Amino acid sequence: MNYVNHKSVIKRMNKRLIVNRVFKTIFFIATLFALVVLAVLFYRIITQGIGYITPDFFQNFGSRFPEKAGIKAALIGSIWLMCVVAPVSIILGVGTAIYLEEYAKKNKLNDFIRMNISNLAGVPSVVFGLLGLTIFVRALSLGNSILAAGFTMSLLILPVIIVAAQEAIRAVPQDVREASYGMGATKWQTITQIVLPSAIPGILTGAILALSRAVGETAPLVVIGIPVIIQFLPENLLSQFTALPMQIYDWAKRPQAEFQFVASAGILVLMAFLLIMNSIAIFIRNKFQRKY
Amino acid sequence: MAQKQSSDQPSVQELIAKASNKKRKKIIEKLIPIILFLIASVSVLTTFGIIGTLITETVIFFSRIPVLDFIFGTEWFPFANTEPQYGILALIAGTLKVTFIAVIVAVPFGIGSAIFLSEYASDNVRRIIKPILEVLAGIPTIVYGFFALTFVTPLLQQIIPELKIFNALSPGIVVGIMILPMIASLSEDAMSAVPSSIREGALAMGSTKLEVALKVVLPAALSGIIASVVLAVSRAIGETMIVSLAGGSTPSFDLDVTGSIQTMTAYIVQVSSGDAGYGTTIYYSIYSVGFTLFLFTLVMNIIAHVISKKYREEY
Repeated sequence: MNYVNHKSVIKRMNKRLIVNRVFKTIFFIATLFALVVLAVLFYRIITQGIGYITPDFFQNFGSRFPEKAGIKAALIGSIWLMCVVAPVSIILGVGTAIYLEEYAKKNKLNDFIRMNISNLAGVPSVVFGLLGLTIFVRALSLGNSILAAGFTMSLLILPVIIVAAQEAIRAVPQDVREASYGMGATKWQTITQIVLPSAIPGILTGAILALSRAVGETAPLVVIGIPVIIQFLPENLLSQFTALPMQIYDWAKRPQAEFQFVASAGILVLMAFLLIMNSIAIFIRNKFQRKY
Repeated sequence: MAQKQSSDQPSVQELIAKASNKKRKKIIEKLIPIILFLIASVSVLTTFGIIGTLITETVIFFSRIPVLDFIFGTEWFPFANTEPQYGILALIAGTLKVTFIAVIVAVPFGIGSAIFLSEYASDNVRRIIKPILEVLAGIPTIVYGFFALTFVTPLLQQIIPELKIFNALSPGIVVGIMILPMIASLSEDAMSAVPSSIREGALAMGSTKLEVALKVVLPAALSGIIASVVLAVSRAIGETMIVSLAGGSTPSFDLDVTGSIQTMTAYIVQVSSGDAGYGTTIYYSIYSVGFTLFLFTLVMNIIAHVISKKYREEY
């Protein structure tokens, strides 16, 4: 006697397999959507902006006339800004990570610090701008200077750097630490001479990715009142300045159609800046990462 | 053959003691944890700083504008000369419209890509697609804003002729594209965390890959997926530059997505980039709006945290 009706099984199986294939295609198309958008975005910006990338574009300051507008002040300003954000955020971020991973005992206070960091990562950047405006620009009267913007940006990317550094430090195996203690090293010697050297590639990769977020971040700069049209280069950390995303924002807002192309050219410069930073991060990750 | 050490040469123990300078070391070992703790407390101070500044400035704002008018008012005309109106609901409506459209775009595409990457794609395909999603996630929002204003809006206007230059639809779609990689990669993580033994069990019972994905993996990873969506919603609510560039600056309390809107974030940007003098009611209003925004995102982040902690299925 036949317990299984082969015909109906084959018929149902075929149907299920077809449904499977249809959905596989749907999911694949959903994945392609993101790639297509990315391609269109790059195509648009490159075709619009490439014509405006001339030596003059890098030598001119901002201007009301599209053909005279240049990115010099913004590019130099962004580099100055990074010179503040990088040391401040890396020292604070790595210090916090070392404390949490190597020293912090499990108690309420340290749990609170951990929870606080994950919450801080979810605060919108525009709110950090309000913090910077009140504390750095007004209360400490730094004005809309490189220092004020740099501190604000450092706090904004701090959670990202802390988490990256924590992961890098955690990846160093316990055995190595114990071997170091066994040789008579103190805790701090172990950290500076054993843990940090092998964690540094991971820390740097995370830090550079976080810094590249700070390069493109616009909202906090707008809120703390960074000016757009600046006809001079910053002289010191208390100078007024402008930055790449601010300049692009200003060009994008202007009604004249030519400024669209100038904005695209500005975006190309910004993207090139980010590309260089990310390449460095990937290079460090591939070259120096040690596997245990 | 053990040679006896001459007495004028110091022992190894003494050498170590001499070289290691115990006193200094002891001070360093005591001092370092304190210094590191102070550094770690900067992040806590930042949170207190944010909450403190938002509350103190908001209190000043509420000494001029009644709280109830702010919470329940549906008109937002701070620049009106005679009778300025501060009804936050108009700004919240703008924010929610954009967020809602973003979620409609991002959730199907994000979860679809997550299923494809975790259940169907080969390792090679995954190695190509994941970095591309990372690139998409790393694009500055100002670039997305420019894209929304100069490409998506004109494109949509060809389909919907009555669409205004500034509207909720275009920034909504682009914010959706911005949060898509976040949903895709966090959901994919949640699905990859489901052990293969369960998948193999279902496959051995004769399920197709689709049935495994939808009936086994998806339910098991649901808490992670929902948490990723909630986090993405929080990002969408706090998104600033896309809505500032493409959303316009006319807050309105309605459900229209074709006309100009204003979100909470865009209002803060509008006031900051103009010159509202320090101490004016408009100046304090950005803090009250910022505080409302902060509460919205805080609640979302807490919900995401609770969902991923509480409802996680452990294997």
